[in-house]
Amino acid sequence: MLKTFTLGGIHPPDEKLSSGSAIVPLPLPEQVKIPLSQHIGVPALPLVKKGDRVKVGQLVGEAAGFISANVHSSVSGVVVNVEAVVDTSGYARPAVVIRVEGDEWDKSIGRQETPDRYLSAFSREEILTAVQAAGIVGMGGATFPTRVKLSPPAGSHPELLIINGVECEPFLTADHRLMIEKSRELLIGTRFLMKALGVEQAVIGIENNKPDAIAKTWEAVTKHTLGIKVCPLKVKYPQGGEKQLIQAITGRRVPSGALPISVGVVVHNVGTVYAVYEAITMHKPLIERVVTVTGKSLARPGNYLCRVGTPVACLIDAAGGLPGDTGKVISGGPMMGKALASTDVVVTKGTSGVLVIPENEARRKTARDCIRCAKCVRVCPMGLEPYLLMTLGEYQQVEKLERARVMDCIECGSCNFTCPAHRPLLDMIRLDKSRVGQVIKSRK
Amino acid sequence: MNKFIVSPSPHVHGGDSIERNMYGVLVALLPALLCSILFFGWGALYVTIAAVASTMFFEYIIQKYLLKQPVTIEDGSAIITGVLLAFNLPSTIPLWLVVLGALVAIGIGKMSFGGIGNNIFNPALVGRVFLLISFPVQMTTWPVPNGFETTDAVTAPTPLLLVKQALRTQKPFAEVFSPGEGGHSLLELGTGSGVGGSLGEISAFALLLGFAYLLLKRVITWHVPVSIFLTIALFSGILHWINPAYAGPLFHLLSGGVMLGAIFMATDYVTSPMSRRGMWIYGAGIGTLTIVIRNFGAYPEGVSFAILIMNAFTPLINRYCKPKRFA
Repeated sequence: MLKTFTLGGIHPPDEKLSSGSAIVPLPLPEQVKIPLSQHIGVPALPLVKKGDRVKVGQLVGEAAGFISANVHSSVSGVVVNVEAVVDTSGYARPAVVIRVEGDEWDKSIGRQETPDRYLSAFSREEILTAVQAAGIVGMGGATFPTRVKLSPPAGSHPELLIINGVECEPFLTADHRLMIEKSRELLIGTRFLMKALGVEQAVIGIENNKPDAIAKTWEAVTKHTLGIKVCPLKVKYPQGGEKQLIQAITGRRVPSGALPISVGVVVHNVGTVYAVYEAITMHKPLIERVVTVTGKSLARPGNYLCRVGTPVACLIDAAGGLPGDTGKVISGGPMMGKALASTDVVVTKGTSGVLVIPENEARRKTARDCIRCAKCVRVCPMGLEPYLLMTLGEYQQVEKLERARVMDCIECGSCNFTCPAHRPLLDMIRLDKSRVGQVIKSRK
Repeated sequence: MNKFIVSPSPHVHGGDSIERNMYGVLVALLPALLCSILFFGWGALYVTIAAVASTMFFEYIIQKYLLKQPVTIEDGSAIITGVLLAFNLPSTIPLWLVVLGALVAIGIGKMSFGGIGNNIFNPALVGRVFLLISFPVQMTTWPVPNGFETTDAVTAPTPLLLVKQALRTQKPFAEVFSPGEGGHSLLELGTGSGVGGSLGEISAFALLLGFAYLLLKRVITWHVPVSIFLTIALFSGILHWINPAYAGPLFHLLSGGVMLGAIFMATDYVTSPMSRRGMWIYGAGIGTLTIVIRNFGAYPEGVSFAILIMNAFTPLINRYCKPKRFA
């Protein structure tokens, strides 16, 4: 029996159109816009101004606090401006706009693995410093600064590192391709993270709709004794959710409102692991990432290695251009991704995919009255009652919402996906969460 | 410049709809409908057609002219109410009573609460119980089930009438209900062949076939029906073990409205609990009340009352039986 999480979950069609397409580098765009806030936490402080010349990998924004992250130039060229630019969130926020000239890399960055040092020779402090300097954030989409996740609070005892190779979002294949093409590098990155956390064991969780990735990783793991295991998982959405993945692999349940470290586990995404590998062995900051460009209407869905700050339009052009019948462009996957108002929005550290949806599939159906079928209750992976959270939200019953554990919602969208009456359950629950969040904040 | 649609995630839907579920239930009711026509003749079909036409008509009229809201009769829920109402009536009932029952079911049972999703009681049962209390004679005149043959025979005793008879005489139930004495074999009870009763309830096997279809299509889960079956089996089993004058578990499961009620009426989305634990409690309540009414109550059959009573408890059950949280 393959492992999976126990409560709820759904099986959306997986639509992994690009799983067979090898990662190809995307040609450099003419201009990039590098947001200073590509992470959860305080935006980075700009270090450059209009007219400055920058090289690839040069620091252009400095972390402004503990929960923040460095931002580097992903190209060489001239800073056109530091201005507010609309990002994935739909809000205009400060970004460094750079006109691309050539491809001149900062001298400190090695273009390949450091050959003169045993990988085990890196100390914990060196690893942490490198991760901090490289501006690495969680690349599965949450974009939480990785350095912070590697510094467990005093009194906690990390025992196990879980590498998230689940990629449960339909359509996305960026992590899948990384696991196939960079299995050795991922193991080295995993060892670095284990050292940074002081844990002896790591498990790589991969859903069994990616048998080639499981086989590759297995092969790499069994060659060495590294304390790393591969755990194939039964396909079920949202298995990539941190709490669901931990429960699937270890059986431990992260309590309501607590962090994974409370059960001795730290989870990192495979994309993040690869960035850590590059940061330590090549001194390379997080300036590019693999992005899946996909959609049933696209001519050539594929996986592109793409510089941070590249407009989404460039990626869509590489995949055969924007189809005329496009109704929606999504940054991320269809379940949790964000719909974009324009293809001028740029790729950031957390952009795992660009999904194009045709007009005729882009609209929601009209919401009807709840028929109380309880299907939303059955699919909720957190054991909540989405129908009730929606009703309580409509009446703004903040206290009752809090008691109904609305803050436990991970916003996976399984309730919306399932609802036969097409009710916008998650829309309302997000609103509920912000209301309850304000009340909780005001109590402090 | 393209204009894109911007909306919050998720951007895909599983394709389920109210219609898919409602028409799924109707498909699952087909085997039982065929059996009822087979056993009771065209009368069963006429009653069903009259009930469905009336429920749809009344829902249309009320939505369009009284409430002045969009008409939603195409969602299939009014059709289900019609079929279920018909299934709970004798096949020889005057059609004007069917129309009256449909008016009460839709008007009072459903629309007065705000239509689909808002009613507290199962609309078909509201209609049925109204008719049963107001017109007890017509509602308990059971025709002899002899298919398309025309006979003058008017009434046949239903198996459930014998339950109280056995208890009055304190004879073992098996004796009172032996096939020679006007009773039936378990096989006859299961298929419904030659058994008197409401037109849709008599063939347990046809209803179980519908149950399998509903589970296969994931329209309902097994929890409520199984909870009802287990409770009935357990409770009647204990009574039968103490005193053989009480009918046994298989008799109670296969006779009367247990199958129809447990599979198609107790599982009504709107009026049944939302959590697994709630479903178990709700089902256990229906099972217990059914056996209590059948053995100790004034009526021979108690499924309808049991379901309506537990319908009333559903909001309370929903409040106290929360689903299992993640942690």
